[in-house]
Formats: sequence, structure tokens, C-alpha cells
Amino acid sequence: MAPRDSTFLGWPVLRQLATGDLLGRGAAATSRRTREHQPRTVTADRVVQSVCPYCAVGCGQKVFVKDEKVVQIEGDPDSPVSRGRLCPKGAASEQLVNSPTRQTHVLYRAPGATEFRRMDRDEALDMVADRFVRSRADTWQELDDRGRRLRRTMGIASLGGATLDNEENYLMKKLFTAAGAIQIENQARI
Amino acid sequence: MANADCIIIQGSNMAECHPVGFQWVSEAKARGARVIHVDPRFTRTSAIADTHVPIRAGTDVVLLGALINHVLSNDLYFRDYVVAYTNAATLVSEDFVDTEDLDGIFSGFDPETGTYDPSSWSYAEREAPEGPSPETGGPAGDDASPDGGIESPAGDEHGASRRARAAGGQHGAAGPALSHANVLRDETLQHPRSVFQILRKHYRRYTPEMVRDVCGIPVEQFHEVARALTENSGRERTTCFAYALGWTQHSLGAQFIRTAAILQLLMGNMGRPGGGIMALRGHASIQGSTDIPTLFNILPGYLPMPIVGEHDTLQDYLAQISSPLQKGYWTEAESYTASLLKAWWGDAATPENDFCYDYLPRLTGAHGTYQTVLAMLDDEVEGYFVVGQNPAVGSAHGTMQRLALAHLKWLVVRDFQLVETATFWKDSPEIATGELRTEDIDTEVFFFPAANHVEKAGTFTQTQRMLQWRHQAVQPPGDAQSELEFFHELGVRVRARLAGSTDERDRPLLDLTWDYPKDAHGETDSEAVLREINGYHLTGERAGELLDSFTQMRPDGSTSGGCWIYTGVYAGGVNRSANRVPGRDQGEVAHDWGWAWPLNRRILYNRASADPQGRPWSERKAYVWWDEEARRWTGKDIPDFPVDREPSFRPDPDVGGPAALAGDDPFIMQADGKGWLFAPRGMVDGPLPTHYEAQESPVTNPLYAQQSNPSRLTYPRKDNLWSPSGAEPGAEVYPYVFTTYRLTEHHTAGGMSRWLPYLSELQPEMFCEVSPELAAERGLTNGDWATIISARSAIEARVLVTDRMRPLTVQGRTVHQIGLPYHWGVGGDAVVEGDGANDLLGIVLDPNVQIQESKVGSCDIRAGRRPRGEALRRLVADYQSRSGATVETGNARLTQGDR
Amino acid sequence: MGYLARQLAGRTDPAADAGWSDPPSRKGFFTDTSICIGCKACEVACKEWNALPMDGALDLTGNSYDNTGGLGASTWRHVAFVEQSQERITAARESGRRLVDLGMPTVGSPSPSPAPASRGVPAGYGTLPAPPEEHGPSLGELLSQKASAENGDLGTTLEGTPMVGPLPEFRWLMASDVCKHCTHAGCLDVCPTGALFRSEHGTVVVQADVCNGCGYCVGACPFGVIERRTDSSVSVTGDGHVPNIGVAQKCTLCYDRIGHDQEPACAQTCPTTSIRFGARDDMVAAAQDRVAQLHEQGFTEARLYGANDDDGVGGTGSVFLLLDEPEVYGLPPDPVCATSKLPEMFRAAGVAGLGLLAAGAVAFLGGRR
Repeated sequence: MAPRDSTFLGWPVLRQLATGDLLGRGAAATSRRTREHQPRTVTADRVVQSVCPYCAVGCGQKVFVKDEKVVQIEGDPDSPVSRGRLCPKGAASEQLVNSPTRQTHVLYRAPGATEFRRMDRDEALDMVADRFVRSRADTWQELDDRGRRLRRTMGIASLGGATLDNEENYLMKKLFTAAGAIQIENQARI
Repeated sequence: MANADCIIIQGSNMAECHPVGFQWVSEAKARGARVIHVDPRFTRTSAIADTHVPIRAGTDVVLLGALINHVLSNDLYFRDYVVAYTNAATLVSEDFVDTEDLDGIFSGFDPETGTYDPSSWSYAEREAPEGPSPETGGPAGDDASPDGGIESPAGDEHGASRRARAAGGQHGAAGPALSHANVLRDETLQHPRSVFQILRKHYRRYTPEMVRDVCGIPVEQFHEVARALTENSGRERTTCFAYALGWTQHSLGAQFIRTAAILQLLMGNMGRPGGGIMALRGHASIQGSTDIPTLFNILPGYLPMPIVGEHDTLQDYLAQISSPLQKGYWTEAESYTASLLKAWWGDAATPENDFCYDYLPRLTGAHGTYQTVLAMLDDEVEGYFVVGQNPAVGSAHGTMQRLALAHLKWLVVRDFQLVETATFWKDSPEIATGELRTEDIDTEVFFFPAANHVEKAGTFTQTQRMLQWRHQAVQPPGDAQSELEFFHELGVRVRARLAGSTDERDRPLLDLTWDYPKDAHGETDSEAVLREINGYHLTGERAGELLDSFTQMRPDGSTSGGCWIYTGVYAGGVNRSANRVPGRDQGEVAHDWGWAWPLNRRILYNRASADPQGRPWSERKAYVWWDEEARRWTGKDIPDFPVDREPSFRPDPDVGGPAALAGDDPFIMQADGKGWLFAPRGMVDGPLPTHYEAQESPVTNPLYAQQSNPSRLTYPRKDNLWSPSGAEPGAEVYPYVFTTYRLTEHHTAGGMSRWLPYLSELQPEMFCEVSPELAAERGLTNGDWATIISARSAIEARVLVTDRMRPLTVQGRTVHQIGLPYHWGVGGDAVVEGDGANDLLGIVLDPNVQIQESKVGSCDIRAGRRPRGEALRRLVADYQSRSGATVETGNARLTQGDR
Repeated sequence: MGYLARQLAGRTDPAADAGWSDPPSRKGFFTDTSICIGCKACEVACKEWNALPMDGALDLTGNSYDNTGGLGASTWRHVAFVEQSQERITAARESGRRLVDLGMPTVGSPSPSPAPASRGVPAGYGTLPAPPEEHGPSLGELLSQKASAENGDLGTTLEGTPMVGPLPEFRWLMASDVCKHCTHAGCLDVCPTGALFRSEHGTVVVQADVCNGCGYCVGACPFGVIERRTDSSVSVTGDGHVPNIGVAQKCTLCYDRIGHDQEPACAQTCPTTSIRFGARDDMVAAAQDRVAQLHEQGFTEARLYGANDDDGVGGTGSVFLLLDEPEVYGLPPDPVCATSKLPEMFRAAGVAGLGLLAAGAVAFLGGRR
């Protein structure tokens, strides 16, 4: 409909005459950027089916990816649960991914320190593993006062899981239980 | 829900908290359904409901109990359903004594421990079986088709038939054990010890007038609700209840839900389309996190964690989960347990060593999140992992939470943003009051950035038990990683440090199956973990193949499976949680989108949607029925019942397990196959829900001398004081009721909303909602500040004066309620921050589930901002001293001697 | 009416008038406020799709749950919250009934059945009416079902206790506002640069790359929708950059999406279908049906807004179903396009053609920027 050439034939006044938009309020007024703009839902490299991470309704989401960046998240009309709809939180999911304040570095705060400092992730994981092993050993309870086997530590606890994947909760429960840590809890009790 | 004829939303603000789920309520309403919202506040749910019923927070048992009384007294219950499918006709032991006779407590209470011995609540027995019963095998042919119903699994004898005393909080979705299903029944429901007559007597004094005097609901409005419920229940019509944390967060929260369950059973609304009780859960996989629990008291699939002294051997453990003579699928617990242990400890788990049962640590009591916080304050906990959670803001008694964090040696926080829990050591309110000093806090804090839902693949289980696979869209940025990757890597490093250890205590870690394949990006493959959860055939000609159904699990170590209820998600070797046939291309039950446990059944206990003879109760409500020609159960959903068991089937009374389910026993996970109006086992605070006032209440319990739930878990401490209640002196110092809740625009403690600009600007500031009458009484101005003071702390909030808050008349006096959203917290990093409502709460817990009472408390409110610095603590102390509150206040178990 | 005359007032096809040959059907919204739950998903989905900055202030307004305030350069959907007492509900119902009696052209034919209130059920039952049925029973069935369920009488319970009356004591109205995409758009008519244009869908779209920030459009909008973005807006991208400061901004009716068969972001996300998108004729028809349904149920307060093609803006592309006077929602009761009187003025002066040519020339110059 709108002429796309960028020669003088594309000049607005000629476009006005050519398109019949004599007052220059329609096609003739469109800028090249307007004419060439394509929505990012169309220019995305791929669309991935996902599920909203907020409440437990489980609304379907379509995640649009361009150049390995999430550029848009919207409702998935295929979902029989949500039929393409999202609440304000679900509709804000893209900000959850691309939030400017999102943390992408490991931070460490030493005892008594007044600020965090950045730490290499590998080093931090090693430190946590060291502490895990030491606390477990230092707080180990093999038997209760009647000599019955407890085989546990009350020195390591965990809270969280209601927004995690089943596979993640499974590994957490498996690891903590094998280590003898039993104070493993999540939002379901809050 | 779209099929309901009446929807009663109580203890939930569904339109605000589950807006997209609410489309189904809208659709039901468009089809002519009545929508009733019972809530202390007029919310966005009330706005589109037909009727809003304002209620005093914490009094739901009285309203629901009065509805039970109403339908019993006026013969409005669904008799055919009740007689056939519930335990109404079952006779209860002669030893049982009701609260009506003991002024608010049941028989079996021990005032020393605050616990009940539930043995007097048991069913009357025809004969007491002694010792193990004869072995009885079920019919052969026990493999289920991948997505078909259950085909009469074998009822193998196992374990000893020891009488179990079920421990509270252990049952999860499962019914507790009964030694057998051999009970006495009176089908006329007239026997005085029949459950039906006990129920009638128990609720006799729960009248519309009592509702008026306790809940503040006018008699006319009670009748409006009663009429909507009764006229929309029965053969042709169904009513659905929806609840959320408005019911769970009470010192008798589990009993709130039980009351609704009794009512729904009486009305015949369970297991039927448009019926049921919908638990509206608040997190993407909070259902999954109880199915595969990060909870102290259960193992995957609601198997209990072993308790010392009760479960010392595998045999003891299995005997207490189920007795071989009871009915239903829990009798197969040995297979589920053996398969779980095989999944975890692989070849090390053998029949000879009871599949490494001894590797499991033992419980010695409740080790829930609040007990853990108290242990932190006592320096018993060294390290704490906080994963996608923000207890500094989101848990009750914020001050205690934050002070506890300062007692840790090390803290790991994994999140997207620097939530208040990660920064408590520099900007918590206790720094301002001087209770904490940054330089004095020795806690090491590790903050690990987390991958979000599009940066990892895996399943969420949504509120209707459906698993939905999420495909990974992009790689996580920077150091961010998934919990899967983090915890796997942590496990690898911990195991490396213990490698070569000869200490027996390290065997469970070293023998753990911990090798998972990596995906294309070198990260732990989540599909491999899901396959382990589904389980495998380990031996035989199908060795290495994935299980199709939990009925294939065996107790001999020939199968594995990390969570028996999830078995079938990989039926036929296909990841069924990733099924994505568009909703518009399939029927309304939509079986080909995601996968629901168990075995892709969408309505539990759906055998109850047909009458005892197997015919639909009505054409309008047809869902699952017996096909006489095909000799099978069929219908719109996958039958939640042995698919070939005809309605007239009656089991041999000496048989247990699935084989013992009669053709009209729809409640296949209950030990007697019936819906429990009366709970002979499983609830630690009584077999029938009974009204008790909240820990903090403006009124004296008018029903019984017993003021509060005698079994509630209290923690008498100087930092956990309570306001005096009812007529006690000092109660007037905290004269108002407050209740806490969520808003559409935010998410729980704010970690996923207060850092997002678009959500923050929609609800930028902490506020309180008060009625114009209360505003006038206390000089509060809309838009200005107010300070709210409880016996624990004081917070400030902007004031919204609104007619949506209505003063109630209770026992002739006016009760004002104050609404407090709890999303805000004090920190330095979020887009918006503010005082946290949870700081006002104390710690008192429901004894069944250890959930705190955060929906109701007592407070005062006054105009102006709260004091800064130390002065804040002085204000709180001044109130405490004026009220005369001591560590004893509110903590007496029994209050019967007081009158 | 001649070509030039219909450019500024009266019934017309705006896309054809703007020179689009063979345009697709005119698109619009139907916002049914009677089923809005005030979740604000539309506000967020709109801002997210269009990458709009924050408005700036992070203060509680104290005005119910509305902390947005109104439409503006960085807010293209706005949900209003109105808390009303029983007196106000009665007044709304009465004023609506008067409109019906006056035979308002847009509200469809009033119900021929007896006065709904006398039928008792479901006249005015509940705080807000039920949404329109999608695949349920017909309205007639529904009414008779309800009537029988309620024994045809709302008066007493089984026990003879009086029921709570049919008129709620209180209601909470929520309504999502948006650019009206007027048939005769003042903003478009006065734009000297060609930044605003009429799209092939009949919608009015502003082009940030053309606008010079003159602000004529701001004064010309009878609804106060279009605004220039000020530097009080706050970036959401982390680099601190706020695009298009000083430039006029408003809803484009997702011009980019609807050109690719996608729904506008707000309509797609709306959990209760309070916001519907489609051919404007279909939207008006659906709105008229819905009003008729509500009137039949006794909700005489229901009325349409923007569906009258003979009003001061020639009808709007975005039509609304309201449950009270427009002013209650912050909408002008009788919007008039600022340039609608221009033809008469020009005719009187005899320079109409010249003037419009001049306007065309301005557009030409602007268009070359």
C-alpha cells in the first residue's frame, strides 16, 4: 500500500497525490522507519515455550530470543491453562530476565566486613563446600541419648524450593538427606 | 472450576493472586454460576463476586461448621453419596469423647505435652486382628498401560501388621494408616456412635446466630450462602470451594480445610466436575516442592522421613505407613520406598541391607523452618542455604529472622537480586535500632546469582498437580547458574573432599548416585534427573527401560524411581510433561498438555463422579463412569480407580491393598476407601474441626471454655510476646485485628517484583487499609502515615481509608480490622522498599503442618510515622508493659480452669 | 457530504479518507469494564511491549489502588479504580435508565420484558454483573435457571429470613482506559509535521522519528490522552537512557503487532477478556449486545462510550462499556474534536481548499525530516 521507494517518487507530496491521501494524514505521512519497522515477535530468531515463574496457575509463556537475548515474553495462546493470558507479574517477566539491577556476579561478605566483594564462582563454591564438610563434621549427631541412631547434622539448614524446578528440589533433597541434613524447608510451610 | 454452579472463595483473594486462573471463575459466572467471596476485606475478588461476606479473620470454622449443621439439620446433604462414599456410617470407638462434653477438648489430651493420644478416636472394630494376617495375593496382570488406568495391581503381603500411631505432619497427601479396613457400619446413619451422629452432635451449637456473634456475619447473609451452596449441590449441580493461605496460615489452619472437606463430602462435591476444594498455591512449583519435598518431614512422594524410636528399621517404617490389611495404594509403600532408595544409592542398595534404609537421617521432632530459626538463635545452626527465598521479609517475626541470620557462621543466598536476606548485615532495621552492628556480625555471606526460568530447562508442578516442562531459551548471564547445576557441583565437591573416607557416616554421600550426563552446554541434564525421578526397570527383560506406572514398582530392588507419584511422566520413554497439544485442538480435560500426577489423571478420586452402580450422577455432571459392555471405567478423564473393577465388586475382608478396594470405594488412597468426615487418624489436634480463637483475639471463645487450639505449638520467649486476648486485662492496649495479604502487583517478599520497575510503580509503597470509622476513631488521614504496633514490633505505612474495610459487630461490640500487604522490606537495593508487615507477627504454629498464624493478630494503630532508631524498641516495650504481656500471656495450653 | 467535509466531522471511513486504497477493516478495542478485575496486566504488557520508561514518581497516590494516575506519554493503558456507595450505585442505575428511556442510539433496544427489578433475579444481583456467556446456555435459559434456583423471589430464605437486598451496599469499579483512536482525531488534524498519521487499520499512530515536539496535538485531544514525554520519566534499561523525551507519545494500538496478525499486547494479556480487540464494527456490535444483556438483567447503569458515530469525534475506535457516568471514570461526557467546526469556518471564509493545501504543504515539509 505505502510506496517504499526512496527516490524522489517517495517524497511526501508526490505520495500524497499518488495515494490519494491528499491531506497527508495517511500513507503519505508514514516515515521510512514506520514503513520498515517489524515487531520483535517477527524478527526473533526463535520462540521457546515456557511457563510463568510466579504463582502456581502455570500459565504458558512464549519466549522470543534474538541474538541469544530474550527480547519478549508473552502469553502462549496454545496453553489450555491460560489461553495466552498473563497477569501483570507474568507480563513483566521480560524485566525479570533483563533487569538492570540483576546480579550476575558472585559476591562475598567476610565476617565483620561492611561491604560485599566480588569473588570467583569456583573459589566461592570451594569455600562453601569446605564449610559444608566442616560444619557437618562439627555438628554430627550419630546417636541420641538413648543410643538410637540419628545419623544427622543439625548444623546445616536450607530454605527455598517453591520457585525451583522439581529436578532441582530432587537433587537438593537427595544431597542434603545423604549428608544427614534434615532442616530442609521451603515456602510451602510459610 | 468452569464447570461449577457455585464457587465459594474463602481464605483466598483469587482475582488478585491468581488473575489468570480467575478466568475460569469468570467463565463459570458467565454460565450462570453464583460466586461468593468470604473475606475480611472487600478485594478485587469481591468486586466481581455476586456476594461479598465480610468475616472476622480466623473464624472460618464457625461459618463452615454452621453450614454443616444447616445441611444436617435440614436434611440438605447428598444422602446417596454420603452413605456410599464417606465414613458417615462407620461406628467410632466407645472411648471417644467429643468437645461438646469436655468443653473444647477431645478425649486423649495430655496437658503436660500438649498432644493428643488419638487411640480413642479410632473406628469401632468388628474383631481385632492379631499379628500378621495370611498372605493374600491380588489378581495377576499388574502392568498399567502408559496412560491408562490402574489394572488391579498385586496386593502383596509385606511388613508386620503392627498398630500404628500415626505421627502428625507425616502424611502429606496420603491418608494415614489404619490397621485394617474391617469396620462396623450402620447404613441407616442412626447409631449414636456413627460418624454421622457424632458430626451432628459436634456442630449442633454452630448456628446462624453463633456465626453472627463470632464471625460478625449477619444471619440473613449466612442464609444466603447456605442457600447458594445447597441449591447448587447434588446430582445435577456442584459447588466448588477455593482457598489459599487465608486458611492455612492459622494455628488451626489444617482444620479449616478439613471443615470445608467435610462440608463438600456431605454435599457430594468431591471427585466431581465443578466440585472439590481448590488449593490456590502461590508459587510456580510450590506443589512440586511438596511432591518432591524440600521439607523436613517427608521424602519424595509423601513418604515420611524416619523418626527415631518409631521407624528404626525399614520394617517398622513400612508398618507405620500402612498396614497390609488396609485398602488402597499406600499398601504398596514398600515398593515405593525400595525404588526411591535404589534411585539414590544404586548398587549399594540391596535387599540384604534394606536398600540402605539406615543411610536416612532420623527426625526427633518437628524441624520446620521456625524451629530452625529458634535453633539459629541458640547457635545450633552454622550454615544456611537460602534459595529463591527472602525470610528477612517473607517469614513471620521479621526481627527474629534477621537476628537469627546474624548467629550463623555462613549463609548462602541464591537469587536474581540482592534481596534483604542477602544484605541484612548492612541495612536491616535492626542496624537502625542498634540491635545489630555490621562490624560485629561474624556471618560470612555468599551471594550466588541464580538462573531464571527461561535460562534453564525443567518442570514446574502447578496447582492442579500438572507438570509442565520448560525449554531453555538462553544461557544464564555471567556467573548465574541454575540450582541444579549449583547443588550438583556442590555435591561433587563435597564428595571429593570425603573421597577415601572410611568413616561410616560418609557412606551415604559416597555411595550416592551422583553422575548425571551433561547437556550441550556442559551443564547437568535436567531430563536425566526427571528420568531418574520417573524410575527404571533395573532387572529382567525390560532392564534399562523407563517405568510406565508406579504399579510396576517392586519391593525387591528390581525397580528404581525417585518419586513414585511422578512415575509415568516418562511413560513409554517420552517426556510427557513436554506435551504441548494446543488446548483448542483437544477436549476440555486437555490430557495432551503437560502431565498430571498420578498417571495423568486430572480430577482425583473421580470414581465418585458416578453413583455406586457406576452410572453418572446426572448427564449434566457425567465425568467418569462404568461401561457395562466394555467392562471398564471410562469417561472424560482417566479413571482414578482400578480400571476393570466393576461397581458391584466386594473384596475378601482378609485382603489388603488395592485388591481390597470395593467397586464403590472411590477414595483409593484412604485406608478404608471412603471420604473421611471424621478423621480417626492423621490430625494431631482432633478428629473433627472445632472452633478456637486465634492466638491473639479480641474476643473470648463463645463456644467453649477452651480459648485457643490446645495443641498449637507455642514458643514462650521474651522476644515472642503475645497480646492478651478477649476479656483479659491489657487486651485493650492492642484493640484491633490485623490481617496480612498479597496484592496482584507484587510477589511474596518482593524478590521478583520490587526490583522490577513496571511492577514497583504500580504499588510503590507499603500501606494499610482501614475503614472510615477506624480512621475517625484514631485520627488517620487518607494518604498520610500511620504506625501499627503489635506485641512484637511496630511498622509504618501509608493510610488508605476505604469502605472496603467494614467494621464488624461481634458479640455486640465493634471489631475493626486492618489490612496489611506484606510485600515490602527494608533494604537498600530494591526499586521500592518499606516496612514489612511480617515484622508484626509472632511465632505460633499449626500443630499438623507447622505453618505460622499470619492471617490474624492484635495491634494498635496511630497517626504519624514510627520512631527511628532505638526509640522504635522503646515504643514497642512501652506497649508491652502497658498491656502487662509476659512470656506466659497467651501461652496457656488449657484455659478451661479460667472460668 | 463531500470529501473535504467528511474529513473533519460526521460518519466516515477514516482509513479510506486518509488515502488507503482497499484498507483492511477498521480495528478497535472493546473494553468491557463490567468484567475488569483491575489487575493492571494491560498496563504492564503495554509498557513492556513498547519499552516505555517509568513515569517517575514512586509515591502512593492514596486514590484507591490507582497509583498510575492517568494516561500519559509513558502510560498508554491506565486502570481507574472507583469505590462507590449504595447511593452512588442507585444514582448510576437511575441515570442509565433515563438514557434507555431517551432511546440512546448506541445502547440497543431496551428490553421489552417487565421491569427487571420486579423480576427479582438476577436484577442487580451482586456487585458487578456476570461476564457474557461464551459457550454456556443462552441468556434466556440462564435467566430462567437463575429464577427457578432462587424461587423467583429474592425476598426470603427457606426459613423466611429476609435476604440481603438486590442492590449491593458497595461496589468497586475498575476500568482500563486507552487512546480512543477517534474517527475524527484532533491530534491528527492539527499535527503540522505529519508525525501523526491515520493507519490503514483506521487507527491514529504517532511517529517519534517525525515529531518535533510542538505540542499542538496535546491541546487538540479532547480526552487528554496524548502527551509529550518529559525528563521526569525514569529509564528501565539501566543505561539511564529515556527515549523520545520531548516527543508526543500515546497508544499506537500496537501498529507493529496488528500488521502481523498479532493482537495488541494489552488485549492479548487481559486475563478476563475485559479488553477485546477486533474489527471495530464487531467490537461495537459486541458492546451493544452486552449492554442489551445487562439491561435485561437489570443493570440499567450499563452504557456505551464511544460507539456513537454522530458524537463530537465521529465515534471512537476504542469503545467502552461503563457502569456509571463517564466523568466517574475521568472521561469527558461529550468529547468534541477541536477541528470539527473547521469546515464551516472555512466555507464561510471561502478559502477552505487553500487552507487545506497549506496544511498539506506543511505535512510535506515535515515529512522530509
